[in-house]
Amino acid sequence: MTQSVVVQVGQCGNQVGCRFWDLALREHAAVNKKGIYDEALSSFFRNVDTRRGDNGPDIYKGKICSLKARALLIDMEEGVVNEILQGPLRDVFDSKQLITDVSGSGNNWAVGHKIYGCQYRESIVEKLRKTAEHCDCLQCFFIIHSMGGGTGSGLGTFVLNLLEEEFPEVYRFVTSVYPSGEDDVITSPYNSVLAMKELNEHADCVLPIENESLFEIVNKIHQMINSGKLGSTVKQNSLVTSSAGSAKTLQEKPFDAMNNIVANLLLNLTSSARFEGSLNMDLNEISMNLVPFPRLHYLVSSLTPLYTLADVNVPSRRLDQMFSDAFSRDHQLIQADPKHSLYLACALLVRGNVHVSDLRRNIERLKPSLHFVSWNQEGWKTGLCSVPPVGHSHSLLALANNTCVKPTFIELKDRFMKLYKKKAHLHHYLQIDGMEQSCFSEAISSLSDLIEEYNELDATKGGPRIDPSRLKIAV
Amino acid sequence: MSIVTVQLGQCGNQIGQEVFSVLCSDIRGTHGLCSKKEDESYQDCCKERFFCEEESGVPVARAVLVDMEPKVISQALARAASSGHWKYSSHSHFCQKQGSGNNWANGYSVHGPRHKEAIMDLVQREAEKCDRLGGFFTIMSMAGGTGSGLGAFVTQSLRDAFPTSFLLNHLIWPYGTGEVIVQNYNSVLTLSHLYHSADALLVHENDAIHKICAQRMNIKQISFRDVNQVIAHQLGSVFQPTHTAGGEPGYSRNPLGDLLELLVSHPEFRMLGLRNIPQMPESSLPYSTFSWPGLLKHLRQMLIANAHMEEGIDWQVRPPHPGSSISTNKPLHFNTSIANLVILRGKDVHSVDLGSFQDPSLYTSWLNPQDAFNAWKTPRAFNKYEKSAALVSNSQFLLKPLDRIVGKAWNMFASKAYLHQYTKFGIQEEDFLDCFTTLEQVISSYTNL
Repeated sequence: MTQSVVVQVGQCGNQVGCRFWDLALREHAAVNKKGIYDEALSSFFRNVDTRRGDNGPDIYKGKICSLKARALLIDMEEGVVNEILQGPLRDVFDSKQLITDVSGSGNNWAVGHKIYGCQYRESIVEKLRKTAEHCDCLQCFFIIHSMGGGTGSGLGTFVLNLLEEEFPEVYRFVTSVYPSGEDDVITSPYNSVLAMKELNEHADCVLPIENESLFEIVNKIHQMINSGKLGSTVKQNSLVTSSAGSAKTLQEKPFDAMNNIVANLLLNLTSSARFEGSLNMDLNEISMNLVPFPRLHYLVSSLTPLYTLADVNVPSRRLDQMFSDAFSRDHQLIQADPKHSLYLACALLVRGNVHVSDLRRNIERLKPSLHFVSWNQEGWKTGLCSVPPVGHSHSLLALANNTCVKPTFIELKDRFMKLYKKKAHLHHYLQIDGMEQSCFSEAISSLSDLIEEYNELDATKGGPRIDPSRLKIAV
Repeated sequence: MSIVTVQLGQCGNQIGQEVFSVLCSDIRGTHGLCSKKEDESYQDCCKERFFCEEESGVPVARAVLVDMEPKVISQALARAASSGHWKYSSHSHFCQKQGSGNNWANGYSVHGPRHKEAIMDLVQREAEKCDRLGGFFTIMSMAGGTGSGLGAFVTQSLRDAFPTSFLLNHLIWPYGTGEVIVQNYNSVLTLSHLYHSADALLVHENDAIHKICAQRMNIKQISFRDVNQVIAHQLGSVFQPTHTAGGEPGYSRNPLGDLLELLVSHPEFRMLGLRNIPQMPESSLPYSTFSWPGLLKHLRQMLIANAHMEEGIDWQVRPPHPGSSISTNKPLHFNTSIANLVILRGKDVHSVDLGSFQDPSLYTSWLNPQDAFNAWKTPRAFNKYEKSAALVSNSQFLLKPLDRIVGKAWNMFASKAYLHQYTKFGIQEEDFLDCFTTLEQVISSYTNL
């Protein structure tokens, strides 16, 4: 069994991360009734005997003593991390896993990347090494951050770079929250584009998330609950947005519901690696199957179902509905419509009591309405995990490498250009040691190249299919 | 003579466990429909072939379990032990912590050399436990990373370490609509490498078995376990003890060798297909009766028309008329054979007439029809089926599926998609081209039969 380490950077990264650890504990508590520290738990948690102080040795078998998250919490201002450490999750984190400062990055990518990067480089490397040493077989780093600010965006991508240098064999999965058009941070386009260049070059897989989509999903659920249309009550802990049953008992903060969705995404992504199933799908398989060309590693994700009704009757029609929903516009975690764009590859990770025949039937049913690139007409990667998430009998995570990410990138580029043409706010960046005009021009050209690659693929969509001629054997 | 089974990857380990399960439950049953003496002789032969005795009295499977991650092997060991009737040895498995990521190059170039010694050590120990080693049976899928890549490497290593032993690879072909996106690349790489090391490739296609589950076994929600159990039944019907055609008393002493000698007469033609009838849910067995002429008529047409089960056979397909020019007048969907082996088990086997299988028009012209066709008859019934007939065929069964896989892989290769994932572990474009060349050659050879 392999281990993964979560690196949460900045306010957004830490808030999402906090929800992740909370829900992870809830999920394992539901599955692990005997309180034995098993392999599934070890993928994200260490088992430590804290009576011997924080330096106690890890306990690999037997009863759970004290679980410590395999995480690194990084923020350049103290508020968010302090709140986590005073909250119900304080025992899950180790004081040695934190890197904080006081003044923040001022929404400036350059401050995060160049100044704090330099300053904290050694400390970060040392703590990463420590975390890696506690792992028997480290497979993946999960980085959670936002693109629009200064710390998550700048320092976050610095850490990404660092991970590639120090741990080249370990996969880097990045969950990035992209800013929306009405973002209140004026310089978010600069920060995002500068960060994009780093993601292009150093990440193995990126899962882009947009707040607007999360918000729409939360609203949809609220409407559904309040309208009382469906008669039966909804199982509270099944809501993809809920913290029910988890450690958090204080009043929920406004972003909690949205962050829970992202936390559930990460839990579902790693479920097949942690739990058994008839067709396992490990993290290295996700990277292998969904990334046909090194730079095209942006995966659009969707989670279904969003909730489960409390009545037990689950006819097969509801199962099929789950598959249909996964491809609809409103379930995607970014503002995109994969159905009308071109698929390069698609992965379906099913959890719970679903059989391979259900999976096959639904793929057959949905295939005609989806456009796949000509050289990957059957581009499906499937996984079946036997353990369902809390509150559900089955669930589906769909990951698509699809050209529908293009509009997000194009909009980002447009917003960037609006500011850049006027050289607005540029001096805040250029006055930082190590920043030059060329950083900007390289970043925007990296983004333009990426958009161009997607354009080329889109151009092949719907065109005549010309199969290349096969090798001929002389008889 | 004993056979050592090597189970590779998730698929190999899941199927292997079902195979031993079926073999064990077959010999424990009281439905042999033959004399007690015959039954005991059958049990002893099966036990010697597939199991080895331990002090505890519980038979231990002669198997080596290999996987790059631990979950599947643990499950296989647990399932075996929980049956109470057989188990795996606790020292015969090898696993690592992190899988191969569906990457053939990772399995073949990285895991293979790294773990070769440990794996071959386990195989050597199993081989030494046998009084007489009858050969190796490896089970793997083509689509993933470990079964396919590491499997290809292990097969090569087996060939190097045991140059005179028989080596039969059981290969699972993935669903056409995709289980793994790079399955066609992995398949092409596996097939071309195995062609150089294994004696023969015995193939099962997931799509075909799935249909059998749906239409013959009446299973509403088909799981991989169901599919694997059908595959295990089909394998059992071939590898359980049989009397050979020679008429010598007792069961065949060299099952793998006999099979390979009869079917693989030319090194270019190593692909074997397997058919088995009847197939039905266990609950229906007491209410069904079959006649040998009926079963054989269906089996023969399944051979000619390349059908996978006794339903939906195309009865229009006929062999060409004798005397006509073979290559031009042959209808395109007629399945030409090089050699066929029919294995009959159950009631009244000795009265069966197999003349229809010796029709020269079924075969290519190289072998005498008498040599191209063989039958093994055993009065002891298998797995509760009063009568069962299996066909192992070296024919054009796999031509179309192979052509399809190579076509799709080539299409992807032309756009260079995913190649960086393979080159980073040392498999270059030239290696791919070599593999394509080998397989196009195989396709061409089978097409021109």
